[in-house]
Amino acid sequence: MKYFVPLLITAATVVLIAIAWVNSGGMERERMRSSRTSEEAVRLLLTQAQARNWDRAHALLANASDVEKSAFVADLAGSNGSLLTFANLENFDLWPLHKTDREASMRVKLHYSTAVGPLEDVRDLKVQHEGETWRVVWPTTTVARVAPQVIPVNYLRWDIINRGAEDDWGVQNVDSPQVRILSMNALQRPDRIVIVGEVVNEDTVPAYVNVGATLLRPDGSTFAQESSFDKISHTLLPKQVSPYRIDFPEARMNQVKSVRMDVKSLLVAASADPVIEVSDQRLQTDALGKNLLLGQLLNQSGQVVNIPHVVAAYYDDSGKVIWVSDGYVDQALLPQIPVPFAVDLPDDVAPKVHNYHVNVNYFNVNRS
Amino acid sequence: MRLFLASVLIPLALMICAAAAELRAPAQVTAGKSFSLASTGNGKGMLYLTGPGQASKRSVMLGDEIQIRGDEVEHAGRYTAVICDSGNCAATHFFVRAAEPAKVSLLVHPSRVRVGQPNAISGVAFVFDKFRNLVLSPTQVDFKAIPKQGAAVAQTRPTQNGVTWIRLTSATKEGPAKIGASLGKVSELRVVQQVASEACNLRIKPDWNGGKFFAETEPVRDCSGNAVSDGTVVSFTKVDASGKTTVDVPIKRGVARVQMPLKGNAKILVASGVVTGNELSVEGRQ
Repeated sequence: MKYFVPLLITAATVVLIAIAWVNSGGMERERMRSSRTSEEAVRLLLTQAQARNWDRAHALLANASDVEKSAFVADLAGSNGSLLTFANLENFDLWPLHKTDREASMRVKLHYSTAVGPLEDVRDLKVQHEGETWRVVWPTTTVARVAPQVIPVNYLRWDIINRGAEDDWGVQNVDSPQVRILSMNALQRPDRIVIVGEVVNEDTVPAYVNVGATLLRPDGSTFAQESSFDKISHTLLPKQVSPYRIDFPEARMNQVKSVRMDVKSLLVAASADPVIEVSDQRLQTDALGKNLLLGQLLNQSGQVVNIPHVVAAYYDDSGKVIWVSDGYVDQALLPQIPVPFAVDLPDDVAPKVHNYHVNVNYFNVNRS
Repeated sequence: MRLFLASVLIPLALMICAAAAELRAPAQVTAGKSFSLASTGNGKGMLYLTGPGQASKRSVMLGDEIQIRGDEVEHAGRYTAVICDSGNCAATHFFVRAAEPAKVSLLVHPSRVRVGQPNAISGVAFVFDKFRNLVLSPTQVDFKAIPKQGAAVAQTRPTQNGVTWIRLTSATKEGPAKIGASLGKVSELRVVQQVASEACNLRIKPDWNGGKFFAETEPVRDCSGNAVSDGTVVSFTKVDASGKTTVDVPIKRGVARVQMPLKGNAKILVASGVVTGNELSVEGRQ
């Protein structure tokens, strides 16, 4: 009897460890250790990456000697405080594209969960048959490094001294910046009403801007209220224009009589640095048939931009804003190193697009 | 008969008794100044004094002049004094008006204004005494606007119910303008930043430097010739064989300048806010 309780505890511990191992994908890893098919090879590699077992994942590559481990890790898990460093690879989908006895091509869709919502990444991977097993040939990339140099930064910075609590009555505060909604266009989408447009900071100081909209019923009562949330560049320098988009899920135009727009602005401390160039912008259809606006971001300043956010406005031939799309870039912007971006565009909107304008917003880890 | 006498004489006696202590206040009382209440009756009584922001109680001798200290009537408004003597009370009301004007508060709006805007600046002055009571009697307030350059403008305005105001047109030259209001020796000063208006005749020019192409604006000014503030964003858009390139560049030392790689012939456009500039056609160099 005196051995019963210790034995029971030991048995329970073993059972719990086994359950945890199975749940963490251990069974699947063990089953695929051999990688007898190209699909198993990709699954094994991505399962190791999912478990952040980077040594093992890197060792599984067919071209491990050609791929820097740090570059491989940065490719899948991010670096320099980029969005992927705050993300987890939740799961992935695989499609075989092409296969022979010696090699195969697989398309993989990686599903990340990030601090700003789900993120998908589609890649085409080459898989080689070596002896009895298949191995993934990882695209050879190197970690982008900036040459040691001095980049003089002398752009403006605005700081604010607000009215103090001990100041006498009548001592004025500094006014909020003057901002104006340049345009507003309400669109009926299949599952929602979308309001798109542009807002400008007309003042000579930076503004933190948020645009809100209220849908009103025919009797004048409020039907729904939403704000642009992250589909806007919140911090606008003087005379800077930002697109905005406000979504009303499951709303229909016939339920609404009018829309009341509201723009709020706050005076904020800001810097004119960094300047981000958006180059090689073009509309294109990708391999999956999706319409994309592609381009490159180039950080012209000397500081790292951790999480770039692209907000694009699309105009028809009369200059009216007909759509606004946005997307987070999963790589950090190192100084002077171009990083590609892509934001998607609905199929029915793409043929009407006559012009577009890309705005780059950013979030820095060490900046409040 | 006995009942009749009781029902008439007892209330009469009470009335006489109640009227025994009376209280009279002066017609006008000034905030912070001592004064006295005239009382009738004899013996000891209790004085209750209530007014805006204060209440007090003390025992007094009836029939004497009751002194009210200046610090008991510092707030302007309606006061009530009640005097009670063994259950009988008498009350009087009086108004305390503000003392001499001693302070002016100035509200100026906005803190930033574009140049050449008619009646865009408003200055509102409130006149107070030393106890922060609004002085309701008409008082002359001297307003003064001192631009960065040029002569100061002065105007005198009387207050109505303690308030007076002016409206000013912003100057045609940028820079801070001091708006002041004075009242005797006291004065208040505020600063309004007059800023350049929208860019006018926004123009860019090409600049080749060390084999690299730069697009640079001419000094960006508004239609009155004022330099547009540094930090104002100028958007450059280049369209060439590689696609479209956009850079939002803040003005630095009066101009906005950006390096743009060229592939063949390119068209470069410039805009700042809602203002567009000239279009530049450039040919790439090998």
